[in-house]
Amino acid sequence: MDLENQARIKELAEKHGPENLVVILGGAEAEASGLAAETVSNGDPTYAGPLSGVQLGLPAYHIFEDAIKSLVDPQVYDDQISMMEMVLDVDEIIKEVSTYREQYRKF
Amino acid sequence: MNYPVIRGAAYALIHAPNLLLAQGSTQTMERAKHPDSEYLSKLPQHLRSFEAAVNYAPNQAYIGNLLPDELNNIAKPWYDNPIEGSTQGKFGEIMDETLFYALIKISDSFDLVMLEQSFTEELKARLASHPLFAHQASLLKDGDDLADIEKRIREHGAQELHMDGKLVGCIKRAHDWDVNLNSHTMLENLVVKASGVLALKNLIAKNGISADEIEYIIECSEEACGDVNQRGGGNFAKSIGEVCACTNATGSDLRGFCAAPAHALVQAAALVQAGIYKNVAVVAGGATAKLGMNGKDHVAKGMPALEDMLGGFAVLIGENDGVNPIIRTDVVGRHNIGRGSAPQAVIEALVTDPLDKVGMKITDIDKYSVEMQNPEITVPAGAGDVPTANYKMIAALGVKRGDIERQQLADFVKEHGMPGFAPTQGHIPSGAPFIGHARDLMLAGNMQRVMIIGKGSLFLGRMTNLFDGVSFVIEANTGKVSATAGDTDAVKKVVAEAMRQVAQSLLEEE
Repeated sequence: MDLENQARIKELAEKHGPENLVVILGGAEAEASGLAAETVSNGDPTYAGPLSGVQLGLPAYHIFEDAIKSLVDPQVYDDQISMMEMVLDVDEIIKEVSTYREQYRKF
Repeated sequence: MNYPVIRGAAYALIHAPNLLLAQGSTQTMERAKHPDSEYLSKLPQHLRSFEAAVNYAPNQAYIGNLLPDELNNIAKPWYDNPIEGSTQGKFGEIMDETLFYALIKISDSFDLVMLEQSFTEELKARLASHPLFAHQASLLKDGDDLADIEKRIREHGAQELHMDGKLVGCIKRAHDWDVNLNSHTMLENLVVKASGVLALKNLIAKNGISADEIEYIIECSEEACGDVNQRGGGNFAKSIGEVCACTNATGSDLRGFCAAPAHALVQAAALVQAGIYKNVAVVAGGATAKLGMNGKDHVAKGMPALEDMLGGFAVLIGENDGVNPIIRTDVVGRHNIGRGSAPQAVIEALVTDPLDKVGMKITDIDKYSVEMQNPEITVPAGAGDVPTANYKMIAALGVKRGDIERQQLADFVKEHGMPGFAPTQGHIPSGAPFIGHARDLMLAGNMQRVMIIGKGSLFLGRMTNLFDGVSFVIEANTGKVSATAGDTDAVKKVVAEAMRQVAQSLLEEE
C-alpha cells in the first residue's frame, strides 16, 4: 500500500479515533486489495511504510461489497462503478478483503 | 479534409543491467535506506544476459520482428521460452549497454562523460562498424585515465559507469551547487538524449527519410532538463535533432506523464494539417529511474529482473501522400478537466466520445493500442495485466451502450486487443508501440483502423489529482487526397463573392 496513504490513514486514526473509521477500497486486483486491508488492520506486512508494526484494527471494505454498495445512490454507482464490476474479478477481491478484515478488525 | 499521415515509426531498446543496478530508483532508494538488504545482494543474480534480452519475444515484437498477436502462440513465461531474436528489427534495433555508453558519449556536448582509454578504443572499433554511427566514431575522442575518472567520482560526486564488474567511466556534474545539473540528473538526461537519438536515427534510416526534411521535433519523454532557474527549460528535442543532423528542424519538449506521446502525436498531426510544418517528428528517449522498478517482486518470485530495457521511439508525421495511413484528426478523444476520474468516465471520454462524433461503434476499430505494458513484468508486481484490463473496460462500456452483447465480451478482448509487449518505461508503452505494426498492416491492406490511447497518472507530480488521457484514430489511406490549400482558397473566394452579391441584392431590395 502506498506509503503516503499509510501516513494519511495513520493521521486520521490518531485524529478521529480508529473506532470511528472505516476504510473503503477501490483496488482493481484481489492481492493488492487484500494487502491494503491487511495494512490498515494488522500493519504493513512489507515493513516499508508508517503502518509497519502498527495494528490499527480498521475494518476495510471494497466498494463492490453489498454492505457499502447498498449505501450508494444506484445511479451514481451505475455511472462510476458498474463498468468496472463487469471487468474485475469481484468474488476474488471480496474474498481477499473480507478474509483480512474478519481476521484483524478490532472494531 | 486533408489528413496528415504516418510516414514512419521506429523503436529502440537498450539492454542496461549496469544502469539498472546503479541508477534505477528502486535500487538507489534501497541502497540509501538498507544498504545491506537481501534484495540488493540477490539482484545481480537475476540480471539477464544481452543475448537473453534479444531472444525475449516481447522485445522482438517491440522492434517489429514479431506481431504482438503472435506472442499468443509462444508459451509463457516468455523469459523461459526464448525465440531466435535479432538485434536488428524491421522498425529499429536492440543495443547492448557497452555500445550505448558510446552513444551517451557522442551525445554529450559539455565534456561531462569520461570513458577510460582502452574502453574508448574498444568502443571506437564497435561504433565504426555500426551503420548509423560509424561517421561519429571520432566524437569518442581519446578517453581518460582511470585515475582521473576515480578522482572525479571520489572528489566531485561523478556517477560511476560500470561494465562486466569494472569501472569504465563516469558522468560528471555540470555545476558544483545546482541540483538540476548534478551528476545524477545529467546521467538521466544524457540517457534520454542518447536513446532518443537511437530511435530518431532508426526512423530516418529505415523509412527512407532524409534528416533535413524534418522541420519540427517534439520530444515527449518523462525527464526534464534545465538549471536551477528553470527545472524543465528544455530542450531535448533540438539536442536530439542536432546529433541526428536534422539541420532544418527546431523543436520543443512536451510533458504529460504516460499520456505525453499521444498528446505529442495529436499536436504533430495538427501542425502538419495546418500547414505550419511539412514533417514533424515525435521522439522519446528512455527512463533510467524506471529500470528495475518492480525488481523486488521479480527477485522475490525467482524471476529475471525483466525491467532491464531502456526504450525509445520516433514517429514521423507528414503531409498526405495518398499512401501512408492517415491520422483522423476529427476522431480525437480527450479526458477533459470536468470529466471526473472514474474509469468509466475516462473510457467514455477517450473511446466512445470521439467515435460517437463520427458515428462509429467500438467494433469499427480493428485494434486498440492502449497501455501496452508487458504483463509478465506487471502481474508479478501486483499491477495486473494492464492491456487486458483496458480491453475489458472498453468491451464493458460497449456492453453498456449496446454495441456488443455481454457474452461477446471475451471475444472482443481477443479480437480487438493484443498482448502487452512493451517495457514498463512509463511513456514508452503508452499507445505508441503499435503504430509501426499498424502502419505496416495498413500498407499491406490487412487493417483498416486503429485507435491509439495514451493515459497519464498526473497525481504523481502532486499538482492535481486529475487523471489524463488522449486518443486518436489511425486509418488506412484511401488514396484520395483532397483539394490543396490553393484550391481551397479559390473556392473560398467564389463563396465570398457570392455572399457579397447576396448582401448587395438585399440592400438594393431595402
